[in-house]
Amino acid sequence: MTSEFSISVDHLFKSYGNVQAVRNVSFEIPKGEVFGLIGPDGAGKTTIFRILATLLIPGKGKVSVEGFDVVKDYKKIRKILGYMAGRFSLYQDLSVQENLEFYATIFGTTVKENYYLIKDIYQQIEPFKKRLAGKLSGGMKQKLALCCALIHKPLALILDEPTTGVDAVSRMEFWEILSKLKQEGITIIVSTPYMDEAGICDRVALIQSGNIMAIDQPANITKSFSRILYAVRSDDMYKLIMDLEGYQYSNSVHLFGHYLHYTDKRSGNISQDLSDFVNLKGHSEIEVKTIPAVIEDCFMEYMINQES
Amino acid sequence: MNNRESIITVKHMFKRFGSFTANNDLTFDVYKGEIFGFLGANGAGKTTAIKILCGLSKPTSGEIKVAGFDVYRQTEKIKLNIGYMSQRFSLYEDLTILENIRFYAGIYGLSNKVIRERSEILLNRLNIFDMKDKLVKDVPLGWKQKLAFSIAGIHEPKIIFLDEPTGGVDPITRRQFWTLIYETASKGTTVFVTTHYMDEAEYCNRVSIMVDGRIVALDNPEQLKRTYSVESMQDVFLKLARYQEMPKVKRNVN
Repeated sequence: MTSEFSISVDHLFKSYGNVQAVRNVSFEIPKGEVFGLIGPDGAGKTTIFRILATLLIPGKGKVSVEGFDVVKDYKKIRKILGYMAGRFSLYQDLSVQENLEFYATIFGTTVKENYYLIKDIYQQIEPFKKRLAGKLSGGMKQKLALCCALIHKPLALILDEPTTGVDAVSRMEFWEILSKLKQEGITIIVSTPYMDEAGICDRVALIQSGNIMAIDQPANITKSFSRILYAVRSDDMYKLIMDLEGYQYSNSVHLFGHYLHYTDKRSGNISQDLSDFVNLKGHSEIEVKTIPAVIEDCFMEYMINQES
Repeated sequence: MNNRESIITVKHMFKRFGSFTANNDLTFDVYKGEIFGFLGANGAGKTTAIKILCGLSKPTSGEIKVAGFDVYRQTEKIKLNIGYMSQRFSLYEDLTILENIRFYAGIYGLSNKVIRERSEILLNRLNIFDMKDKLVKDVPLGWKQKLAFSIAGIHEPKIIFLDEPTGGVDPITRRQFWTLIYETASKGTTVFVTTHYMDEAEYCNRVSIMVDGRIVALDNPEQLKRTYSVESMQDVFLKLARYQEMPKVKRNVN
């Protein structure tokens, strides 16, 4: 049962009634990799994770974890997998400490045995160990849920949107924790709707409507952006959106922080034309520059290409 | 900004739960037609403050007016003059799009004639006239959010509160949503919004950042970035929220 891949998904389909949640998805994750599944709600991320966690049966296709088949060998998989579900993974009416002990016990181990693995994370919530899980803040819940998913020292860890609804500070801390766990050799598959978190993964899959649109290292995905990308701003951003959407050469216009990201139908650098056009429309404080694409630019480009 | 009309006035607002102070001396104004970003870490006290501003909870002390009405005595008037939409939208899944619109418009006491007119405007504006008889549960998430936002404005309130309106939405829809926000604000409606997407903080006219029950920063995004000598609102937020959180954890250890 040895395999160089920790997780293998081969032509996976899954439907709920008439809704096709997962459409022909294939990917392989080498052992020890941090793999990100990036996409919005309804993209199929949770369905894929529930299949990996042996909680759902695939519609069609073959899926294995550490060489074990998710249908035939589900009992073996459950012993070697850590799964942090989007919600409900903690018992709200047990304390922090009780939750942790509970998870250790059902996996036939003790908190002491694998404490080294969670020590750095647990220390941050230890001051509140007597507090009920239901009374913790979002960031602390996340850390406790991660400890519970790790306490049996799994070979692979599935994290379903661990940072959703969590503030930017806690999100950043959470990703720092994951990069430390990677050094323990645990394979991590993590989903997120926050595109800016993709950069921390070794590889990512961009997923939308049950389809994987791209799989690669984040740097390769951003390099593959097909057009010159312009960042444009002026004193009136709402008017700027309207004006650029109405520009005859406009290919795409997206709000992006305090700039608009713009692509043009023409090839070559048209910064001056663009600047002249915006000026003609009566804007002031105009700034136009070319910039490298980020994952979110690529995601939107794939979405638009998929639709047309 | 100084000459602008205040639509929300908050002076020395406190809210205590037992010995815990959730809102600690908040003082700020929100202006007519402004997009006001209300940011803070989880547990900083944002939800407590929003509940008070929406007339759902009373402050412990302070002088607070929303749309000209007092939050202690005139909560029913406040509710008629505001719209509210949260991340887990408030639409009824087993009603159609049109039924949802009519239901909410009815709650706000609009006449049948006005309901008919505004339903039509709303459906055309979102370009979903053909989908009007579809059950909301069969409508894609992105459309639901845009619909929920539009319905929150059906009674033409002076202020719309949006509590993490774009959580989990795809990146294109998220931007279409913000275009709707801009459009609404440009017509004079105030938009009061919370978000965990720091790029969205950049779209606001002004942003306040709460840490441990207090407002520690309030300005337009450009000025905030200049003040803290950083490139993005993400960095402003990290600087303020992170360094003020750490000592608290240490205190609790002892």
